[in-house]
Amino acid sequence: MTKTISDVICPFCGTLCDDLVVTVSDDGTKLLDVENACAIGAEKFLHSQASDRVTRPRMLQEDGSAVEVSYDEAIEYTAQLLAKAKKPLMYGWSSTSCEAQSVGSEIAEQVGAIIDNTAAVCHGTTLVAVQNVGIPSCTLGEVKNRADRIIFWGCNPAHAHPRHMSRYSIFPRGYFTGKGHKNRKLIVVDPRTTDTSSLADIHLQVEQGADYELLQALRAAVRGQELTGDIIAGVPKAKVYESAELLKSGRFGVIFFGMGVTQSLGKDHNIDAAIMLTKDLNEYTKFSIIAMRGHYNVTGSGQVLGWQFGFPYSVDLSRGFARYNPGETGSIELLKRKEADAIMVLGSDPGAHFPIRCVREIANLPSVCIDPHITPTSEICKLHVPVAFVGVEVGGNCYRMDNVPIDSRKVVEPPEGMMTDEEFLRAVNTRITEIKAA
Amino acid sequence: MSAISINLISGRTIQQGVAMEGGKEKDKYRKACGIIEMDNEDFKKLGVMKNTNVEVTSAYGSVVVKAIEATQGPHPGVAFIPMGPWANTVVSDETYSTGMPTFKGTPVTIEPAPDKQVLPTIKLMRYNCWGEEQ
Repeated sequence: MTKTISDVICPFCGTLCDDLVVTVSDDGTKLLDVENACAIGAEKFLHSQASDRVTRPRMLQEDGSAVEVSYDEAIEYTAQLLAKAKKPLMYGWSSTSCEAQSVGSEIAEQVGAIIDNTAAVCHGTTLVAVQNVGIPSCTLGEVKNRADRIIFWGCNPAHAHPRHMSRYSIFPRGYFTGKGHKNRKLIVVDPRTTDTSSLADIHLQVEQGADYELLQALRAAVRGQELTGDIIAGVPKAKVYESAELLKSGRFGVIFFGMGVTQSLGKDHNIDAAIMLTKDLNEYTKFSIIAMRGHYNVTGSGQVLGWQFGFPYSVDLSRGFARYNPGETGSIELLKRKEADAIMVLGSDPGAHFPIRCVREIANLPSVCIDPHITPTSEICKLHVPVAFVGVEVGGNCYRMDNVPIDSRKVVEPPEGMMTDEEFLRAVNTRITEIKAA
Repeated sequence: MSAISINLISGRTIQQGVAMEGGKEKDKYRKACGIIEMDNEDFKKLGVMKNTNVEVTSAYGSVVVKAIEATQGPHPGVAFIPMGPWANTVVSDETYSTGMPTFKGTPVTIEPAPDKQVLPTIKLMRYNCWGEEQ
């Protein structure tokens, strides 16, 4: 016999789908099937069942091989590493629960670490822009029920947030949007023709890296000002005017934006301009803006760091109080300056997703990687601690991209004797307290 | 056959996402991310057949990937490597004091490398970090 669990939360992207149906074996030890999830979400659930999964910590040896060690040894190693370091970097936090993040913050405060999440290479510049100019936002429920004008700027949800369009932004029929996609107009801004832009009413194929110029031109066009030049940032002037009119004619519009604007030149200034465009459009109709957050709980990490220290990422506690200046205290700049003397990674994979110069620095530091998977990071860190999958084998609080908290659920038992990341961090925290007291 | 200069961007693809969740050490991940998507026009300029290995070089590093026809295009003059260790060997780490590397918009040169192989994930990491033999 099998058991079917409904309304399961998907721990992959910031859309945090909450309608998955998971089938598990009667004793709750095997996960057999996942329904309603996108291809990536389903793969995430099923990978927890891999036969070649690592279930005990491994220590990297001189010759490049890995030797299995006990969880107790791993706790001791991690506690010593963090307690002895002058300026340890504690990076990641986006693929775990708020409960674990909270314990991580406690450790960071005890050891005087720099604590940073994946916003550092994702929506960090968005957070800077929000601090600059504020953000008029809404929830995804409002988008589903009210929005009839959608912009995807520098993002490709067809690939990165596969169910976003069907659950919230384009196709669903909501309270005031009974005709579904028929009465929604979609503008996609992307230097490439993408699977998302193929659905668009207007595709603005912006010149790569010229988003700021196009955003400001659109702001001027919305206000009815004259634009000079026939082509603006690679887009014909007529199309800019057409887009401005389309946006103003809606009842409720939303701008979703992604890495295309946060990582291209201009960075936080691009987001400043996008938020100001939203503000301008509110003179004519109702408009909101939402960041397409990547990891399922990167938003939660920002929330936890926010209420602990007052800043959403790149928090430097090494002087005994919280400092924040992403261009200086962010992980990338810190590693480039070779300033950290130890690193702990949890719930992220900088080995795969940091520029190579920073990865090389990680590989040469005393290091711990806490991650359920074997990853490029786990393979260059001195110690790899596998833990239970949050959202699959242990529950916990997560925040959706629109800052709505949702409790993820445990659906299957982790392999026998395996720790969760929260348990591991609590043990490390207790040990650090002992070391500091001695 | 000659080298071409092109603007490189990186980002998510659904194949990259699925392969990543299935295990980054597996060959599926190499096949999903150890590629560069290029436009037909750029293939003609480079003078190689589709599915040929090429060497991508920037001011930050150099990596061998397989050149494939753009799955989402056209976008002449822009090349795309899915996010991952292959892309990150060549992307710009310049943050302009924002803390955010410039993952999109790195000038690179591409030259044919039919005799070189696309390294598997872990080998690439070890080679990049510690110079271990290919």
